[in-house]
Amino acid sequence: MTDAVQAVLEGYPQARRDALIPILQAVQAKEGYLSTEAVIAVGQHLKLPTSKIYGVATFYNQFRLTPPGRHHVQVCRGTACHVKGSAAVLSGIQRALKIEPDQTSKDGEYSLEVVACIGACGLAPVVAIDGAFFGDVKAEDAAALLARAREMEVGDE
Amino acid sequence: MINLNINGRDIQAAPAANLLNVLRAEGVRVPTLCHLEGMTPTGACRLCVVEIEGQQRLAPSCALQVSEGMRVQTHSPRAVEARKTIVELLLADHPDDCLYCPRNHSCDLQDIAFELGVRQRRYHGAREFKPLDLSSPAMIREPDKCILCGRCVRVCEEIQSVSAIDFVGRGAKARVETAFEQGLNVSSCVYCGQCVRVCPTSALHEHSHAEQVMAALADPQKTVVIQHAPAVSVTIGEAFNVKGDCAPALTTALRRLGFDRVFDTAYSADLTVMEEAHELVHRVTTGGALPMMTSCSPAWIKFVETFYPHRLAHLSTCKSPQQMLGAVIKAIYAPAEGIAADDIVSVAVMPCTAKKFEAERPEMGRDGRADIDYVLTTRELIDLIRMRGLDLATLPGDEPDMPFGERSGAGKIFGASGGVMESAVRTAHQIIAGAPLPGQIFKAARGQALRKEAQIQVGEHQMGVAVVSSLGEARRLLEELDAGRDDLHFIEIMSCPGGCINGGGQPTGLDLKAIERRAAALYAVDKDAPLRTAHENPQIQALYAAHLGAPGGEISHALLHTHYAPRDILR
Repeated sequence: MTDAVQAVLEGYPQARRDALIPILQAVQAKEGYLSTEAVIAVGQHLKLPTSKIYGVATFYNQFRLTPPGRHHVQVCRGTACHVKGSAAVLSGIQRALKIEPDQTSKDGEYSLEVVACIGACGLAPVVAIDGAFFGDVKAEDAAALLARAREMEVGDE
Repeated sequence: MINLNINGRDIQAAPAANLLNVLRAEGVRVPTLCHLEGMTPTGACRLCVVEIEGQQRLAPSCALQVSEGMRVQTHSPRAVEARKTIVELLLADHPDDCLYCPRNHSCDLQDIAFELGVRQRRYHGAREFKPLDLSSPAMIREPDKCILCGRCVRVCEEIQSVSAIDFVGRGAKARVETAFEQGLNVSSCVYCGQCVRVCPTSALHEHSHAEQVMAALADPQKTVVIQHAPAVSVTIGEAFNVKGDCAPALTTALRRLGFDRVFDTAYSADLTVMEEAHELVHRVTTGGALPMMTSCSPAWIKFVETFYPHRLAHLSTCKSPQQMLGAVIKAIYAPAEGIAADDIVSVAVMPCTAKKFEAERPEMGRDGRADIDYVLTTRELIDLIRMRGLDLATLPGDEPDMPFGERSGAGKIFGASGGVMESAVRTAHQIIAGAPLPGQIFKAARGQALRKEAQIQVGEHQMGVAVVSSLGEARRLLEELDAGRDDLHFIEIMSCPGGCINGGGQPTGLDLKAIERRAAALYAVDKDAPLRTAHENPQIQALYAAHLGAPGGEISHALLHTHYAPRDILR
């Protein structure tokens, strides 16, 4: 168990099963995802079987079971984006990164998430990388867009 | 009592009774794929929907309480049509391989689809091809066959308190999985097979050894011996419409299948009692770990290794009857009969899936050979008997082979919860009081309750005994012990509720009455048995005289006892 998980659990002494979701949220906020070790530690703390916690963690979209990449890519699949071709954008990004949604690329650079609507329908189809929005994205732009995300980071430094 | 009306008939029912139970009591059959009697209703499958007058929506009868004046239509065109559509939707992504399915002819989904008149595929769902989970030596998970009824999840959690599996994902991606979707072999699964017994389809079934057994039977070089557990002969008749104990016809069937020797595991149940009684006396007199807990049920052993490793010292070191007989057959019988070690194949028929795992445990055997080579469940044996064109209803009876065909009635009742305890009490009473237990009945150990306890007087000592079935009840008792309870000395534990007669290798289905009938059949066999106690079994006495010396002796320890180890796995 990492110190971060330990600290979260210490904040919930004598907690019962109804504290499961707040604890998972707190762990994910600190570590970026729910590691196997964290799930086991939470189970021992709450005296809940690991299978139950894994069931809850996979039921809600908000929980990640893989570590996020250095750059987090969110592809909006809301209605407006769908109409404007976000399915093709998503598969373009999947091809470029060679990963499925909710996975992280082997080099740890990118993680991919599908979101329902990020509230920027005027820019549809929208992709958000590390919180920055890119509008009117086309499938063939995917590789260039991802490269730009890296450059932005270089620029920041 | 309150009044209600079912399909135009006025009836009375207890207030707040469950509607599905009321319907069943009235002889009205409403299909269901998820209901489990006595457990939390989930209304998951929706097949039990009925029309309630004055309500717009169909209501699931399994999750509904009756109320005064309720008017119910169970088979109105609307209700029947809804059920049919539900089944058609369940079938939309279900593999169409009934002919090749282990549950062909014993599948609830198949039966209900047929009953509802589903004759064509109206809906075509996208088929997923999920991999089989072949990792467990006891059973196979076949996720494509799963209809998400949740019976396995509930039995594993509510009855067994193991929770090796749960629902994972959501919506169309929901599935039943282990934690982190690893194989059963690295999960906390104890292989009891209760999930298999309640699964309405073939999503869970045993890891079959039937082919290997048939290959051994076809090999003229091999001497194939078989032992059958006490619960098997009182169950197997159900498949052939024969009531009660079928041991004589079963012996004939096994001979005709080609087995060279037919033995009775009740013989080694007698042997187990001899060893276990000695071990208990030894613990009491030398200050060993008490209470001592029985070790006949391999899922229970794995349960302690997984969840309560600090209680391992409390487990009797005795092997189970299956493994004791396996060891005696290979180490003593085969050499005496002049059968080469490579030419003997030892098979066991068990009401249990965990016995397959037990037989493969590395500590069970010697010189690189397992004591038991293959384990068939009751279900697999029924299939083999049918395949051979045999019918237990018409076969003449036959006697088992000696020396391991001789058994006491006490050995036979090992198949029911309380049987091990009663057998032990009979023998202990004789040894300590010098006279037989009156009527040879230890009433406190009988019946279907999951927990039975008694204080008994043994010589000058008072002893607390408990009989527990189901791992959920076992966990409750272990928690009491952990909390400091200290009035118990000997505890019998069987993993499945009611004992082996309700084991995970028994015919699938939910008929609780069948369990009572099987128990009654066991006690009837015992009542009429010429021998009622383990220590009187002449073949047991002969085995000790010729080979083992005394119970708990050096050879006994080498052959009949074992040890356990904690399991560091996901709990």
